[in-house]
Amino acid sequence: MKNTAILTVFLLFLLAAACGEQVEPVEQITELTEEGVVEESSAVVPLPSAIRVRVATTTSLYDTGLWGYLEPMFEEANGVELDVLYAGTGKAIDWARRGDVDVITVHSRSREILMVEDGVGIERVPFAYNYFLIVGPENDPAGIAGMQPEEAFATLMETGAGTFVSRGDDSGTHGKEKSIWTNAGFDYDADVRTAGEWYIEGGSGMGPTLVMADEMQAYTLSDIGTFLAYQGDLSLVPVVDQGDALLNVYSVLAVSTARDSEMAQALVDFLVSPEVQVLIGEYGVEEYGRQLFTPCAGEDL
Amino acid sequence: MNHLIEALGIAFRMIFTGDPLVYQITLRTLLIASISTLTGSLLFIPLGSFIYFRRFRWKRVVVGFIQTMYSVPTVFVGMLVFLMISRSGPMGSMGLLFSPGAIVIGEVFLIAPIITGLTISALQGVGSGLADTALALGASRGRMVLKVLFEAKYAVLTSVLMGFGRAVSEVGVALMVGGNISGYTRTLTTAISLGIGKGETAQSIALGIILLSLAMIVSITVNIIQHGGRK
Repeated sequence: MKNTAILTVFLLFLLAAACGEQVEPVEQITELTEEGVVEESSAVVPLPSAIRVRVATTTSLYDTGLWGYLEPMFEEANGVELDVLYAGTGKAIDWARRGDVDVITVHSRSREILMVEDGVGIERVPFAYNYFLIVGPENDPAGIAGMQPEEAFATLMETGAGTFVSRGDDSGTHGKEKSIWTNAGFDYDADVRTAGEWYIEGGSGMGPTLVMADEMQAYTLSDIGTFLAYQGDLSLVPVVDQGDALLNVYSVLAVSTARDSEMAQALVDFLVSPEVQVLIGEYGVEEYGRQLFTPCAGEDL
Repeated sequence: MNHLIEALGIAFRMIFTGDPLVYQITLRTLLIASISTLTGSLLFIPLGSFIYFRRFRWKRVVVGFIQTMYSVPTVFVGMLVFLMISRSGPMGSMGLLFSPGAIVIGEVFLIAPIITGLTISALQGVGSGLADTALALGASRGRMVLKVLFEAKYAVLTSVLMGFGRAVSEVGVALMVGGNISGYTRTLTTAISLGIGKGETAQSIALGIILLSLAMIVSITVNIIQHGGRK
């Protein structure tokens, strides 16, 4: 009989769960009318509800906590739910092309421009920048400290004396790494990916890649924001931090197929508004002792 | 090591003081897995019964295929569902991607073979004697099926619980079609995978302990049920 009691509890639980779900859509409908966003948007496919705005962001703006910090402000100011999805720049742009997200914040200039040319993104709006670093173990086995990034990569290749963990995930950081290899005179697919066991394609976001590089005492290319946010848990140090190639510009793009194009534009405007620009510039200063992002709204970067 | 012990302490505090974030994620996970299991049961217990009682060609092949699919990789299901419900996919106009509903769809697919297959096994366990007797005594076919299902109730319930166990502990589908959105589609498994990457060790351990406890409750319940069924 004891069994029957357990079964009953489980079944009741399932039932309660089922009822819980039924309530949700009702809530959504009332919200919808309250916010007054029921009007048809000009999106390609009409969708039943448009009260959630979706932004896909490059992992660095997520792992540093910036989006978590800005999200409630935007939600409160506009009375919407903001869904923040994290992915590498490549995946974020792919989601945008499929119409699955409304806004993206990414960092790959050439691909952003391509996206606007293809009519997927409305406009490329840079809103903050910082720098990339090559970080690595303190003893610097390949002896690349203080070099220019291209020279450092060439040395890694020639000596084979250090391990390098690549993002390997088609992200903005991965794109930057590839362009440095190209400028250093190597063919990425033919020379670098097959270079040997010292070159590792991690396939994860920036944070996990840093953790992996730390575990393997390897070098990796990281944006400074994520590195500072993770530094406390890592033994890696900045090895190369000088060079024009290391500029890292973050842009926001509204997607042309956004389910609520006004709200998508509102999110772009929010990021470049003077108040939020100040907040972005101050973000993390107290915690990490230095600026993570330099605001740059209106600049041509 | 100290770091780990410290994190473990914080984790237990989070669980026992009712950390709102931890509880919210746990509740959401239970809700999503329960709805998936309920939907799966309503669809696939009947399907399993149909396959068991119906005589048709290739039946053995079909049953064999279903059993092979018990271990269908979650990322494979995640990928299929993503392509289906992405806005440029065939079901795109429903706007389901990156919502709890999307995870439910994926999990229903994931547990479909388990519930169907184990229902078939459960009915096989009853044997054909009961079905023949019921029909001989003049029961309608539908009545007979219900009778046999009732006889196999413990084994059928086990199939439901196994489905629940798989749904609650999977990460591939939830990550790919749910998107791990904070406060909306973040489940125990996706929160753990993000938390370890982000160095939020204590929270991940707390969620891990809860997930493990859930899995254990499910398997202990299965054991009790099977024991009861044998009596």
